[in-house]
Parts: sequence; structure tokens; C-alpha cells
Amino acid sequence: MAEKTYGFDTLQIHAGARPDPAPGARQTPIYQTTAYCFRDADHAAALFNLQEVGFIYSRLTNPTVAVLQERIATLEGGAGAVCCSSGHAAQIMALFPLMRPGDNIVVSSRLYGGSVTQFSQTIKRFGWEAKFVDIDDKSAVEKAITRMTKAIFCETIANPGGHVADLPKLAKIADAHKIPLIVDNMTATPYLCRPIEHGATLVVHSMTKYLTGNGTVTGGCVVDSGTFDWIGAGKHPSMIEPEPAYHGMVFAETFGPLAFTFHGIAVGLRDLGMTLNPQAAHYTLMGIETLSLRMERHVENAEKIAKWLDKHKLVKAVTYAGLKSSPSAKVAKKVVPGGAGALFTIQLKGGYEACVKFINALEIFSHVANLGDARSLAIHSASTTHRQLTSAQRKAAGAGDDVVRLSIGVEDADDLMGDLDQALAAAHAK
Amino acid sequence: MEERPYPDRYLMDVLARVSTIAAVGVSVNEVRPSNYVARFLSRRGYTVIPVNPVYAGQVAFGQKVRKTMGLIPKRNNPVDMVNIFRRSEEAGRVVDEALDKLLHRGLQVIWMQIGVVDKKAAKRAEAKGVEVLMNICPKMEYQRIGGELRMGGINTGIVSARMPVIGPGTGSY
Repeated sequence: MAEKTYGFDTLQIHAGARPDPAPGARQTPIYQTTAYCFRDADHAAALFNLQEVGFIYSRLTNPTVAVLQERIATLEGGAGAVCCSSGHAAQIMALFPLMRPGDNIVVSSRLYGGSVTQFSQTIKRFGWEAKFVDIDDKSAVEKAITRMTKAIFCETIANPGGHVADLPKLAKIADAHKIPLIVDNMTATPYLCRPIEHGATLVVHSMTKYLTGNGTVTGGCVVDSGTFDWIGAGKHPSMIEPEPAYHGMVFAETFGPLAFTFHGIAVGLRDLGMTLNPQAAHYTLMGIETLSLRMERHVENAEKIAKWLDKHKLVKAVTYAGLKSSPSAKVAKKVVPGGAGALFTIQLKGGYEACVKFINALEIFSHVANLGDARSLAIHSASTTHRQLTSAQRKAAGAGDDVVRLSIGVEDADDLMGDLDQALAAAHAK
Repeated sequence: MEERPYPDRYLMDVLARVSTIAAVGVSVNEVRPSNYVARFLSRRGYTVIPVNPVYAGQVAFGQKVRKTMGLIPKRNNPVDMVNIFRRSEEAGRVVDEALDKLLHRGLQVIWMQIGVVDKKAAKRAEAKGVEVLMNICPKMEYQRIGGELRMGGINTGIVSARMPVIGPGTGSY
């Protein structure tokens, strides 16, 4: 009885985007409008009461953004998605319905530096706490979970250290404690990993990276699997207690598998206001159309270059999880069988000073604080993205002083190796 | 995302075919989920007749709440569908009452809400030529297949390069 299913390459172009019913536009139009006319007062009331789904005001919903939301939800295998203004916004949007003051989340110690800062510092001001643990250590994760723990959070392939999270194992722990597993899937993209298939409840993205793929806009999203039993778990008041702003309606009861997504729009975007604009949604939709093609080339290049760097005499170590020697190799086979992405770090002989010289000598690789662009990018994490961290935190995150992060683009692999080779030589020139 | 148990074409066919629905166990309290479903269906042009002894005599969705299915007036014939808003344990009794009171009055479909399943009762109904849907919501399917849920970031599972058909039962975009 199952519906016809389509392949990833078909869905990345078609999901969410039927031809526009008014002029028949085939490409998704950019709906550059703030507000939408109601059919009549009754229709307006039904929309405001969440009795109907529709467009009211672009802080909440917009037709261009809606296409992107459904596109990503489909590619991730989720029930729904809410887009927002950045990856950092997505993390707050994911946590906001789960947390109350005094609650905590158990978080992987291997995270993007900006996320470490957001979780270890900024969320404290909401009365939330993050407990950082080694997610490979099951007993450490279990031990960190308390009555006040409302979720587990990790990255599929950690930025920048290339550690791959054992998602099925973490999902089992989360299930046993009746809490959602939240996975930041930015570095893998749904082409290489669909965390929901491994048991994740929520998936967050910085769409700024591979999904858009051209370094033009920032954006984020939260995808809900639609499978978490909020009522059975009884831990997340926003989902299971009467919502005063909607006359006491209970989201989980009223919307079932759509509850988290509707809450994200009707309460999250309404009151936090981290809205994605339709222009940005357009750029990301354009990018997603070629996601699978780009990811294949990203992975092909990354594998070739990581292998070559691993044997380079001026390189101490390469962290790419796609290398046989990587401590994550075994988990990578299970979680990202199509390839371990295209982001990794190299440890240079010559330490901090050599890293700085190396970065300055690059011609094709751009020195920027971004990743997942079609262009190859390089950054010395210790002096930039991970600068706010303590030295111990930097080491734990895989961003020590002698480490350079590479985001391998889709250019000619030989050209990229040539550039790295000359920059490595320059780093050690007398 | 859960697997979809019924083909879209079949769901569309049911939603287009039925017109009068007995909503058994529905609440008149406007913030209860059952009320959301029944009110939505009535807004979309279905005649929704609430059946619930607790609220008998009150008015909801423009119709008087009936104590039992047997008390639905003849003028509402044919009663095409029974939508069950009761727990699984109660569903069998509702099915039997529907077969007893509404089979000769045009009953085609018994639709049990999300979380409501009674396979034995379904067999009894099917043996009498009545179609049964279980663990699924007609409002959600109407909004999903018609494309309305798309506006709320929901994965509708509808992939098509054809222009959406605008009309009853299929929604707009």
C-alpha cells in the first residue's frame, strides 16, 4: 500500500515545489511580501486560532520559505521543518520548546566552537545548562543525564575534528531516558546521513553551508521526525501543557506528529522572531537542487586530498574520518557510509607559527570563517573560530594550536593539492 | 516520519465521496483536538453531526449534538461516514452500533482517529461492505493531500510537476 517513493536526486529538486498555482511559474517564486490577504474575518480568525494552516505574516510563514521547509523535511525524512535565520538560531529554536529554567542538555564535547560558546555561556542567561561529555563514553552520557535533562545534542561529523557520532547508540540512550536526541547534521547533509533513520528526534542545520553551497546567505532549520512521544515522556511542558496564548490548547494532543513543527512556527518564530527571509530561502533552494552532485565531488576530493596529506612529510596528522587510520573509521562506515564529508583538520609540523605562515601562503584556498562552500576554504581555528575557548576546550574540540581546518571544495583536486603543497613548503621556508 | 498506511489516491477518493459525517465522541470544548477536527471538516463543507451523550442537546458545527447514532434525523440521510473519537477499547462498541443503526442509511466508511485501532471490529464492518480506516486523521489527510500543510512546513509527501488542481477535497496550494 506504500506510496510511490522517489530518489534523493529527484526530491532535492521537486519536494515542496509544485508549480505555483496562480501564473504557473515553474521555478519557486520569491514571495517578497510581508502580509497576506484573508478571505474574510472568519478565515482570519481560524488562522490565528491555528484551526487552519495558511499565511498570515512573514515573521511566521512565507510561501518561498515554506517550499524550503518541506524540501528539507523531505530530504531528512522528517514530518516537518521550521527554517530560521541562521544555524545558531536553529539551535535556540530546537531547544526553546524543550527547556525551562533549571533544565539542562547533555552535549558532546566535540562541537563547533561557536556552539560551545552558545551552550556553555549564552544559554545560561535563560537558566539553561549544558553538560559537556565524551559521547563515545556511554556511562559518561548516562551519568550526566538527570531528571532535569531534556535532550542530548551532538554533531554528525564534528566540526572541525572530524569525529563521527555513533547516532544509533546515542539514540538508544536518549530513548531509554525518554528525551530527544538532537543532531546537527550540517557537515554531513541529508545526502550523506539522515539522522532520523538512526533514531534522532530532531535535526538542526546551518543551511549556510553545504545546503546552500555557494556562500551567499545564512540560514538554519530544525527538522522534526514526528515520532517522539511527548505525552508519554511527560517532560516537556511546552508540548504537553495547555498553551495560554492559544486558549489552553495542548500542542502534542491537537497536532500529534506535527506538534513540534507547528509550535516552532506558532510560538517559536512568533515570539523569538528569528525568521528566514524569502530571498535567502531562494538562494538555499537553488543550492539544494545540486546537493547530491556537489556532495559526491566534495567527498571524492576530500578523500583524495586527505590520503595525500596523510603521507605528506610536513603534516603530522589528518583527522578525516574517511581515512582507515581514523578512530572514527568504524562508526563512519555505519553512520556516513557514502563518505565522511569534506571537512577535516590537519596538524602541521612547526606548530602555531607554521600554521599562520601556511594560511598566508594559500592561493586557491580562501582564508575565511565558513565551510561547506563550493570553494575550498582554510582557517586556523585556534586564532579564529575557537578563540573564545580555553586551551583545554580547544584541544577537546580538535582545534589545537597546530591545527588548520580545511573545507574541501569542488574544484580540481590536483589544483587543490598543488596549492596545499606550495603553502606547506612556504610554512617551512627559512 | 511514520510510514503512510493508506495510498493518497484512496484517501482522496474517500474524502471526495463522503459528505455527511457522524462525529462520535466529539467534544464541544473548542480547544479539544476532536473539536479541531470536526470543526475543520464542517468548515470545508462536510455536514458534521456530533454524537456524544455528554453534550446531547447542545449545538456544535451548526448541528444539534445527538445522544446516539440512532437519533440522527432521517433528513440527514445518507450518513456516509462515522468518525470515531473514542479510545480503542470503546471503538468496537461504536462500530457495532454504527453497523446496526446506519448501515441501511448509507454508511460507507468508518474512520478511526489517530491512536484508535480495533482490528476485530474492522473485520466485522468490512464483512458488511463498510470500509474502515484506523489510526489516521481525516483533517490532517485533507490538509496534507490538498497541500495546505505545505504552508506550515510539513512534509506532505506530495511530489508532482503538475499544476495543483483547485477544488473541493484537493485544497489549493
